[in-house]
Amino acid sequence: MTGSQALLKTLEAHGVRHMFGHPGGAIMPIYDAIYDSPIQHILVRHEQGGGHAAEGYARVTGGLGVCLATSGPGATNLVTALADAMLDSLPILAITGNVATTLLGTDAFQEADITGITMPITKHNFLIRSADDVSKVVAEAIRIALSGRPGPVLVDIPKDVQQAQTDAPIVQPKPKAARLEPKEKDILEALELMKNAKKPVLILGGGACDASEAAYQFAKTSGMPVITTLMGLGNFPASDKQWLGMPGMHGSVAANRAISQCDVLIGVGMRFDDRVTGKTSRFAKNAKIIHIDLDSAEHSKLIPAYLPILADSAAALEALAAKISKLETPEWWANLEDWKARKPKRDEWGAASAIKTISNALTSDDIVVSDVGQHQMLTAQEHPFEHPRLWLNSGGAGTMGFCLPAAMGASIATGKRVIGIAGDGSSQMTIQELATLRKYDIPVKFAIINNGYLGMVRQWQEMFHDKRYSEVYLEDSNPDFAILASAYRIPGFTASTAAELEVAIKAWLSADGPAVLEVRVPNEHSVFPMVPAGKGLDEMLDDDPKNAQPEKIAVSR
Amino acid sequence: MKHIFSAFLRDEPRVLTRVTSLFARRGYNIDSLSVGATETKGISRMTFISEAPEGMADQIQRQLEKLEDVLKVINHAHEKFVDRELVLVKVRVTPENRLEIRQIAEDFRARNVDVGRQSYVFEVTGDEGKISAFIEQMRPFGIVETMRTGRVALTRGSNADMPSQVYFDGESQALEHPLTGVAND
Ligand SMILES: Cc1ncc(C[n+]2csc(CCOP(=O)(O)OP(=O)(O)O)c2C)c(N)n1
Repeated sequence: MTGSQALLKTLEAHGVRHMFGHPGGAIMPIYDAIYDSPIQHILVRHEQGGGHAAEGYARVTGGLGVCLATSGPGATNLVTALADAMLDSLPILAITGNVATTLLGTDAFQEADITGITMPITKHNFLIRSADDVSKVVAEAIRIALSGRPGPVLVDIPKDVQQAQTDAPIVQPKPKAARLEPKEKDILEALELMKNAKKPVLILGGGACDASEAAYQFAKTSGMPVITTLMGLGNFPASDKQWLGMPGMHGSVAANRAISQCDVLIGVGMRFDDRVTGKTSRFAKNAKIIHIDLDSAEHSKLIPAYLPILADSAAALEALAAKISKLETPEWWANLEDWKARKPKRDEWGAASAIKTISNALTSDDIVVSDVGQHQMLTAQEHPFEHPRLWLNSGGAGTMGFCLPAAMGASIATGKRVIGIAGDGSSQMTIQELATLRKYDIPVKFAIINNGYLGMVRQWQEMFHDKRYSEVYLEDSNPDFAILASAYRIPGFTASTAAELEVAIKAWLSADGPAVLEVRVPNEHSVFPMVPAGKGLDEMLDDDPKNAQPEKIAVSR
Repeated sequence: MKHIFSAFLRDEPRVLTRVTSLFARRGYNIDSLSVGATETKGISRMTFISEAPEGMADQIQRQLEKLEDVLKVINHAHEKFVDRELVLVKVRVTPENRLEIRQIAEDFRARNVDVGRQSYVFEVTGDEGKISAFIEQMRPFGIVETMRTGRVALTRGSNADMPSQVYFDGESQALEHPLTGVAND
C-alpha cells in the first residue's frame, strides 16, 4: 500500500464519506488513490471554497469536515478557511500535499511552509516524514480535531511520502473520550447563586449546540430568560416565550438590557467575544458570572468569572436542570416583556423586509447560511431559529465569501436543500463555486441581497465618518446576478419590489437543484439595534437615530 | 509581578516555535526561557519567567496547556521552589586589578574558566540576587561580554512537579505520546 492509500483507508476507517478539494502537482499521488476510493471527492473551484465547504459539513453534522489542497498556493488558499474554523471551533481535517522531503526547505517549485504558516490558526498541525506514519498521524489529527473544544488540524504530506510503500496497519478510530462532568461542589454553588438571584439570565453560545435539550429543560424548570449568541442561535427555540434574542453589537434590545441589568449571568459554551460584550468594563456590571466551558483558557479571559465551571455544556446543564427549582422573578419578567416589545422599525421595502419575506417562506427545519455584513445581522435578527446546527455563519472571523461554499458543504452533508443569504459584495468573493453547485447539482438556494454597496462598511462610514463613502460603492460594476447564474446554467431570478419577491421566491425555491435569487433593495439602509464600537451594551441605539430618539438604558434602572 | 513557570513539552518538531509564537501572538512578555531534556525520553522541561499581572499569568498557563505538545505547566508562584542560573562573565583585567578581581570571584565562588592576558572568564551559578550582585561588582572593571543560561527551577520537597506515577512509572501509558515512534523533523 502507498502512503496515499494509507491516508484514504484511514479516512474511510474513520467514517469519512465526502471531502472537498482541488488537485495539483504535489498532491497527485493522493488524487490517483482517490480515483479508486469509495469516499466521494467534491471538486471545488478554489481551495478556500473547499475549506468553507468542510466547515459547513462539520457544522451541520457535528462531525469532521475534510478538505484537500496541493502545495504552495493551493495550501495558502486554505488559510482563510482554517482561520475561520479556528475561531468558530469547527472540526476540520485539512490535507495538503507538499514537495518531496528532499526538496523541503529549498524554496522548491510550489513549496510553502504551510505547517509554519498555519501554526497559529490551527488547533494543531503535522508534517509527515514517512509513509509508515501516515495512518497513525491522520488518526491522531482526527482525534484532536474532534476532541474537547473542536478545531481545525492540518496534515502536510510530502509527495514522496504519498508515493512510498508502507505496510503499517491502518489505525482505527479511538473511542470518544468521556465527556467532562462538572464538579458537584461547583454545581451546588451555582444553584445557590441562582436561588438568590432576582434578575438571572442564561446565555447559550456556539459551544452549547449539543446541549440544547439540557438547556431547554433547565430553562423550563427555572423559568429563566434565555439569550443565544450569534453562534448559539437555534440552541433555544426562537418561538419560545423565554427567548430574548441575540446579544451584542446588533443584538436585541431585550438581550442587551437583560445583560446590563442582570444580577446572575450563566454563560454556557460562549467566549465573551468583543462583539458580544461591547465595552467589557460596562458588561453585566451588576452580575455574578457563572461561566460554563470546557476550555479553561476561556474562563476569565475577557470577563472575570465569579464561578468558572470546567465542564461539557450538556453535562453541566443536565446537572443544573436536575436540581434547580422554579425561580420567582415576576418583576424581572415585567421588565423583560417590556423590552422584548421594543423592536426597531423596519422599512416596508428594504433588506430587512426582504430577508423576513424569504424567512417566512422557509420551514423551521431548513438550514440557513449567511455571508458577512448587514444581511448576516438581519438574517440573525429576522429568522426564527428553532433547532441547533441549522444556522451557519462566520461569527468569529467574519469571513466574506463564507456563505456559498459553506452552504454547499451543508447540503452535501445532509442531502437537503440549503438556503444561502449573501450580499452583493460577499457573494462575489467565492462566486465561482456556482460551478460546483452545477457540477454536482447541489440544491443550494442562494439569495443575494443587493444594496449596491459594501453595506456594513457603508453604514459605519455613514455613522462614524460623516458619510464619507470611501471605496464601498459596487452598483456601477456589479454583475446582473441572474444572468451570471444562467452563465453557470443555474436558474436565476430577480426581484426589486415586495410583490416581485413573493413571486420570485416561489420559483426560486421550487426550481430543481441550485438556484440564485437577486433581491435589489434600497441602497442606504442600516442595521439596528446597534451598539457602536467601543461602547457598552447599555449604550445601544435601539433604532436608527433617524427614526427615534436613542434612549439610554439607565432610565429604567 | 514576576512569575516563574515550568512547562513539560513533548520533543516534537517545532514545539519551541509553537510556544514562542503563542507568547508573541498573545503579547506575553518573557524575561528568560531555558529548555533541556528530562530524565524521561521524549520529554523536555522548560523554565520561563514572565512579568505579568495575576490574571495574565493564569492565561499564560492555560493557553500554553492548550497546545497539543505541552503536557503540563506549573506556576511556581504558588509553591516554594529553588532556582539557579549560570552566567559566563568576561571581565577586562590589568596587572593592577587582577588580584582584586580574583578575590571578588572567590567570594562569590565563581570559577575562573578562561585566563587570558587581558581578560578573565568567570562562571557563576546562583539565584538571581547572587548573579546580579556579582555582575555589579565586576562592572567597574569593565565587562566585555556576558552570557546567561536563563533561570531553571524545581519545586522544593520530595514531590515531583509531574506526578510521579505518570512521570516515572515505565508501565504507565499516561504520558505516552500517541505518535510514539513517528519520525521527527
Ligand atoms: C474577507 C473580508 N474582507 C473584508 C471584510 C470587511 N467587511 C465586513 S462587512 C463588509 C461588507 C459586506 O458587503 P455585502 O456583502 O454587500 O453585504 P451587506 O453588508 O451590504 O449586506 C466588509 C467589506 C470582511 N468581513 N471579510
